[in-house]
Amino acid sequence: MKLTREQVRHVATLAHLALSPEEEAKMQEQLSAILEAVETLRELDTAAVEPTSHAASAVGGWREDTVQPSLPAEKALANAPARVGTSFAVPRILE
Amino acid sequence: MKLTDLSLLELGRRLAAGEASSVEAVQACLERIRRLDGRVKAFLLVDEKGALAQAEAADARRRSGTPKGPLDGVPVALKDLFCTEGLATTAGSRILEGFVPPFDATVVQLLKAAGLPILGKLNMDEFAMGSSTENSAYFPSANPWDLTRSPGGSSGGSAAAVSARFAFGALGTDTGGSIRQPAALTGTVGLKPTYGRVSRYGVVAFASSLDQVGPLARTVGDAAALLQVLAVHDARDSTSSREVAPDYLRHLDAGVDGLRLGMPREYFEVEGLDPEVRSAVEAAAAAYQKLGATLVPISLPHTKYALATYYLVAPAEASSNLARYDGVRYGLRVAAPGLREMYAQTRGRGFGPEAKRRIMLGTYALSAGYYDAYYLKAQKVRTLIRQDFAQAWQKVDAILAPTAPTTAFKLGEKVGDPLAMYANDIFTLPCSLAGLPGMSLPCGFSRAGLPIGLQLLGKPFDEATVLRVGRAFEKAHDFVRVPPVGGA
Repeated sequence: MKLTREQVRHVATLAHLALSPEEEAKMQEQLSAILEAVETLRELDTAAVEPTSHAASAVGGWREDTVQPSLPAEKALANAPARVGTSFAVPRILE
Repeated sequence: MKLTDLSLLELGRRLAAGEASSVEAVQACLERIRRLDGRVKAFLLVDEKGALAQAEAADARRRSGTPKGPLDGVPVALKDLFCTEGLATTAGSRILEGFVPPFDATVVQLLKAAGLPILGKLNMDEFAMGSSTENSAYFPSANPWDLTRSPGGSSGGSAAAVSARFAFGALGTDTGGSIRQPAALTGTVGLKPTYGRVSRYGVVAFASSLDQVGPLARTVGDAAALLQVLAVHDARDSTSSREVAPDYLRHLDAGVDGLRLGMPREYFEVEGLDPEVRSAVEAAAAAYQKLGATLVPISLPHTKYALATYYLVAPAEASSNLARYDGVRYGLRVAAPGLREMYAQTRGRGFGPEAKRRIMLGTYALSAGYYDAYYLKAQKVRTLIRQDFAQAWQKVDAILAPTAPTTAFKLGEKVGDPLAMYANDIFTLPCSLAGLPGMSLPCGFSRAGLPIGLQLLGKPFDEATVLRVGRAFEKAHDFVRVPPVGGA
């Protein structure tokens, strides 16, 4: 499967990833090679096979829904690049 | 014997007997790190003050007869993927530079509760994506057996630190081989437990259906002792098993007499399997026969599809997990006029090439129109790989295979070719996809003096048998050695 440059740009947009023109070119070449390598899966007839989404043999189990202590706001905000009061600050999205 | 050359269990015994102190042990490690880590570059951060304070507290507990357990005071170190309260955690990435977690991962809490001082944080491929540590945003680590070679990855710093005797043990994570492959390349023991055996809470996520925490150690017994500390149910990880862990040391020396060990044909037929690795693993198999085990030829027919399956499943999950690095709550933010532009610029600057490649690949495999052909298809093949193993377990008690196709490769040799780098994982991926326990232990050296790893795979939650089989070989053929670290 050969990816076009437009497809690379579309996927980068979906992934919120700014790529330089050089990165786009390299990505086009390398992703195409990887996608070609994974084509081998098409040899297998999987029409009647159920997908495995998880390796866990016994996932989960319920726990009591009890109130647990959570991080205090100051600690949770300590790594924030920008904050306003007890909130994380982001660039303005509404005019 | 130098204090730093002791096994973790032996140091524990000496601490209990009052023949050594934890402060002495920590100081010996720190001295060795100061002297030699400039060459190995295993550590991203050394916490001298913290480790010494923990050691003093451990010594005080020993003196007052109230140790926290058999490993109280034994210093270890952590892959920089584990959140440590108050200690910077980078995941090997620029996007988390300066991030200081507000809490400890569950496994870190468990180590502290057992009294083990933590020496620092170890280098790794960015977000655990890689097989050489060359994807670290900071620097590559070197292999203590040959400083021009890679220690493997992604837990390469952990393996290098244990191999170089900087720490008595270390924690790593393994998503597709990231504990076992570096263990093989550095002559150490690396154990990936069953998926669900060890809590992932507070571990920076890569591929959540595969990620598992485990020990890197010098001996099989040391790996068993560390697993004992970690294998505890955690209500904060919904995939954490409630199965109570057995005493991993109790039957460690029970031997292999009467056990059936499977030899999967497909693992020995692979093109690119170094003949020296093959003969060392075959010699190990012959040794097991002498020890009373029965070798059973088996087939795991879908082995050759594991690489393609993994490189769709893991990037898909990674692209989702890494969406959280958006410049809002922690880590890097690149200023930009709008929100979307801020996201894209932050992520474009903060992630390295391999992380970007996997985010792109995963986003593509999950995107509209391609989901069924790539991600769903890979999940179905994953079922076939699981079924291969399920059938094998009807005939054998454990499986024996090479860990990595070659010995340690040169730094720079494969870093430009993603597919060549991915091929390092061909023998470790099937076990990860099936969620099984797997361990690598040293089984010999190449003519060039590089360690060779033997891989043992077990049934789900049967780490005890994997450890016991490993220990039987180690007892008969001890390949535990101190590496030269560049002629130290």
